[in-house]
Amino acid sequence: MSATLTVTPAVTTATPAGSGTVSQDVSRKPIEHLAIIVSKGSLDMAYPGLILANAARMSGIDATLFFTFWGLDVITQRTIDHLHVSTVGNPSMHIPTIVGGMPGMESLATVMMKNEIEKLDIPPIRELLEILSDSGAKIYACRMAMDMFKRSKADLIPQVEDVISAMDFFDKAAGAQVVFI
Amino acid sequence: MLLREIAGLELQLDDQGFLADRSQWTPDVAEALAAEAGITLTPRHWQVLTFCREDAAREGVPPGLRRIAKLSGIEMKELYQLFPKGPGKVAARIAGLPKPQGCI
Repeated sequence: MSATLTVTPAVTTATPAGSGTVSQDVSRKPIEHLAIIVSKGSLDMAYPGLILANAARMSGIDATLFFTFWGLDVITQRTIDHLHVSTVGNPSMHIPTIVGGMPGMESLATVMMKNEIEKLDIPPIRELLEILSDSGAKIYACRMAMDMFKRSKADLIPQVEDVISAMDFFDKAAGAQVVFI
Repeated sequence: MLLREIAGLELQLDDQGFLADRSQWTPDVAEALAAEAGITLTPRHWQVLTFCREDAAREGVPPGLRRIAKLSGIEMKELYQLFPKGPGKVAARIAGLPKPQGCI
């Protein structure tokens, strides 16, 4: 074993013995808190925010999620299991808008995306939000959007901690990197 | 690459503190790596670590967190209590496995 060690061109950096942490670059401060604003309710816009938040928690980074406008659909009981991929006005679909607007296209794209997601062992949105909640991520709904869409807290999944204003959200996001999706 | 003396062995770690040579792992190494992360290993920790090592040996890659929560017998919430600094990364490091590639 020691023979392999001696031939390795390993650089013994000046980490004092027992100092514990091994940092990559001390001049860069690691991210400690990520706050994500989810403002869209389509499947292709819901996943990125939730997966990013989960990756943050897995790395020991605090995560706060604020669902506003159409993002509310992602945490509403009635809609959470029926989010669709948007085929119209979505340049990444690589199909003409008029084709994307044909009957059945959205359902087709949604089924295809759900299949691909399943293959990668990524959970459905509802389960992903349960995982996030169990991981200690904080989930909030936007009060103004709730009023606008005439929803009450009872309409939301139980993992939602509270319905708060944008200003309250900024208090909760203190010190965080804020991401808008 | 970094050489460190841990549990009486001279170990190679990569720049994120993961064991470069998995064959160097021993339970004592795990205890020492855990102590550095501020964790005292309990039987519940060992249940996770043993599952991760066995699963990685079977599958060829370290298990993602969702897989650990589904199959190790320890649920997501407890995983975060056992490894508060992020069970995905920390459990793999203590178990002498590479950093998991998945985000779930």
